[in-house]
Amino acid sequence: MASTPPSNGTASTSPQRAAVIGANRIPFGKAGGAYASASNLDMLTAALSGLVARFGLQGERVGDVSAGAVLKHSRDFNLTREALLGSGLDPHTPGFDVQRACGTSVETVTAIANKIALGQIESGIAGGVDSTSDAPIVVSDRLRKTLLRLSRAKTAGQRLSLLSTLRPADLAPVAPNVNEPRTGLSMGEHQAITTRQWGITREAQDEVALNSHHNLARAYDDGLFDTLVTPYRGLVRDEALRADTSLEKLAKLKPVFGKDAPDASITAGNATPLSDGAATVLLGTDEWAAQRGLPVLAHVVDAESAAVDFARGEEGLLMAGAYAVPRLLARQGLRLDDFAFVEIHEAFASTVLTTMAAWADEDFCTRKLGMPALGEVDRSRLNVAGSSLAAGHPFAATGARIVGTLATLLHERKKADGGDASSAPVRGLISVCAAGGQAVAMILEA
Amino acid sequence: MTDTYLNLVNSGLTKEMAKKLGLPRPAELRRTDPGAVDQPLIPGPVLVLGSGRADTAADSVANTLLSWDLDVHRTLPNRTIGAIVVTLTDITHPEQVSERVLEVGAALRSLAPSARVITISRPAAEAADPAVAAARHGVDGFGRSLAKELRAGATGNGIVLSEGVTPDSPSATGALRFLLSARSAFVSGQFVNVTTPDGEAPGDWTRPLAGRVAVVTGAARGIGASIARTLHRDGAQVIGVDVPAAGEQLAQVMNEVHGTALQLDITGADAAQRVIDLARSRHGRLDAVVHNAGILRDKLLANMTAEKWDAVMAVNIAAQLRINDALLSAEELAPEGLRLVSLASTSGIAGNRGQTNYGYSKAAVIGMTRALAPRIAEQGGTANAVAPGFIETEMTAKIPPVPRQIARRANSLQQGGQPVDVAEAIAFLLSPQAGGINGEVLRVCGQNLVGQ
Repeated sequence: MASTPPSNGTASTSPQRAAVIGANRIPFGKAGGAYASASNLDMLTAALSGLVARFGLQGERVGDVSAGAVLKHSRDFNLTREALLGSGLDPHTPGFDVQRACGTSVETVTAIANKIALGQIESGIAGGVDSTSDAPIVVSDRLRKTLLRLSRAKTAGQRLSLLSTLRPADLAPVAPNVNEPRTGLSMGEHQAITTRQWGITREAQDEVALNSHHNLARAYDDGLFDTLVTPYRGLVRDEALRADTSLEKLAKLKPVFGKDAPDASITAGNATPLSDGAATVLLGTDEWAAQRGLPVLAHVVDAESAAVDFARGEEGLLMAGAYAVPRLLARQGLRLDDFAFVEIHEAFASTVLTTMAAWADEDFCTRKLGMPALGEVDRSRLNVAGSSLAAGHPFAATGARIVGTLATLLHERKKADGGDASSAPVRGLISVCAAGGQAVAMILEA
Repeated sequence: MTDTYLNLVNSGLTKEMAKKLGLPRPAELRRTDPGAVDQPLIPGPVLVLGSGRADTAADSVANTLLSWDLDVHRTLPNRTIGAIVVTLTDITHPEQVSERVLEVGAALRSLAPSARVITISRPAAEAADPAVAAARHGVDGFGRSLAKELRAGATGNGIVLSEGVTPDSPSATGALRFLLSARSAFVSGQFVNVTTPDGEAPGDWTRPLAGRVAVVTGAARGIGASIARTLHRDGAQVIGVDVPAAGEQLAQVMNEVHGTALQLDITGADAAQRVIDLARSRHGRLDAVVHNAGILRDKLLANMTAEKWDAVMAVNIAAQLRINDALLSAEELAPEGLRLVSLASTSGIAGNRGQTNYGYSKAAVIGMTRALAPRIAEQGGTANAVAPGFIETEMTAKIPPVPRQIARRANSLQQGGQPVDVAEAIAFLLSPQAGGINGEVLRVCGQNLVGQ
């Protein structure tokens, strides 16, 4: 009787997995480079417009659009909605902003996919954008408070007396930084500590960086990005990409983080450069896609977020991926070998290496996760089309870049295997670390 | 891309100076208002001339024009007229035409700016009798010469109807309407051959491509972008193709025309399949392909490199041949018959110094089109080419100033054409009313002085 389905009279409404239909991003620029004069709104609008053009969505009312930025001006309070209004979508399309640091657009994909899975919407767009070139500058508290009072002042006399209270020092802008507020350390300094703890060598990091550049360059040459990237402001490929880099060139770079230690190993070559860019992903139900003759590249299977207590030094700042992924795999009953592709965001080359080292470490897994080790990642499945080290990392845009790329890789692998919808699934795993000791992980399946 | 000289001689003080100095004054051509397509169709009443009451061709033309609500006259009215249509389908001897052509001559001074003179005749090649052939072929020299006499943006063209094609057949009326309208602004001194009674009048003459799906290669800018806009205006769903590097402009153009952007190098082995797959999955059909993508690698032959020669061949002709093969063998792709239009060039007709590679590729397009025509006709489709002359584009803006000025003035309309002029001719050849026009090379060159 155990096999008898429940028959209590109510229809079962099992969630429907959201389809990744396609993606579009602009090539990522280097800070102060091709997009130096582009705002978050400009870039997100461009990425959305390219998506609209690629899928013929002009005038279409999409169920919801979610995007966000990490470095956000106060004027960008409704960034996503403003961007979609300039994108060619039906202006009746709603949009909302999300921020989870570098995990932002994995989070927006999750949010939109969940709405689709629950039947709340049939289609949606997830994305993210960041500009380190057009970063907001914060003014001193005294200047800000004075300016606010000034705007409420009624008479010229009041205004004058308010202005007279300002001192030259009040006018100096507070330089923007992405240091962790609780430790005052930059991400690089945090990662330098973690790198040393796990005994990651400079050579291993440079090798990850080299592969990233070569893999990304090859993917461009193979045309992988013809369906994923729309050029913007004269940039056709990612500005940080160095197709001709070599281990010798990388070995010559001086360490930039953790320099107090003699074995400092994080250089400008194996750390991601500050970047500008935007990326978007189109999601929907299979039916919505079919009605429009749109492809289904893959489906969103599941997602997990995690955080670590980095502030008290119990774990490395960027190590939460080591927690999110095992929990996700355990819930889905999957092992690392079940994945044809593994995407680990290259905040630093050593982030990838420390995360993988943790997954393989029995002691770490039993002690901190209470489960057996996941084992080694097959390096031939890791970041096969390059990742952040070569592409750049405009914080909130990275997740959508990875989801779009991975979905395309899964689709092509499935096609190459001659598979149809009913054949064995081809799976991909994503792990993206984020500021604040956080991480997000996701499973896609074609 | 603006023609400063044209603007100067047509406005303000400089206009008066140009008049006094007797400088050539190219006219501003009447073009289609996208907000009021084909309204008005012609800038005044139309005068239909034939051999008299017994000329059924003239009667038929007059009836067609009346059905378009035009003000039709059989004798010259005492006011400015928008067009003259003269039927010469019945002539059997050169001595027969004088009365009619002199009547045309008497009406020329009454023509409005951007007026039209159109002859309707029969092909000399189909006449066995030398006198009949002489009479018919005479129209060719007459029409081309008359077009050179016309002023103020007026153009002269001809329609040549094969045996069995009546003046009221779809493509005869389609060609007549195209040549009368502002759509043919930069077409002059040309003869359009209608060889079969195929084709059909569209449900709506202002949106003849409604429900059709068209692929335009090289759609990101210039003439390609204009083609996309014009096909969209005429009702088509557009799939725009261009190289990935032009993706930003392509996306902009496609969003403007509510089309789909396909970043694709057409020289790739899988290019045709990707185009066909996209059209099938997205629209379930593909009705028309415009082979517009083309590149220039100009060099005198003495300095030509294999790289430059081969690049031009790969894009301008080899890719088209490969894509056409795939299109012709794709089953149930075009329910109404596939329409192809390729971009040729006057360089491929008359040749151009420094363009042996380009000239070869564009002449090759003409050869391909003529060979394709009978093959594609078996499937109910057509293959035609359009040969632009000097068109004001980003590409021609790079020609040095003096040669550019010379190139602009070296045609009967004394100016460069606009990308939309080329697009209009292509839209016409893709339309249902052009089904009887196949294997043609239609020049859009303002009657350029080189070649025919």
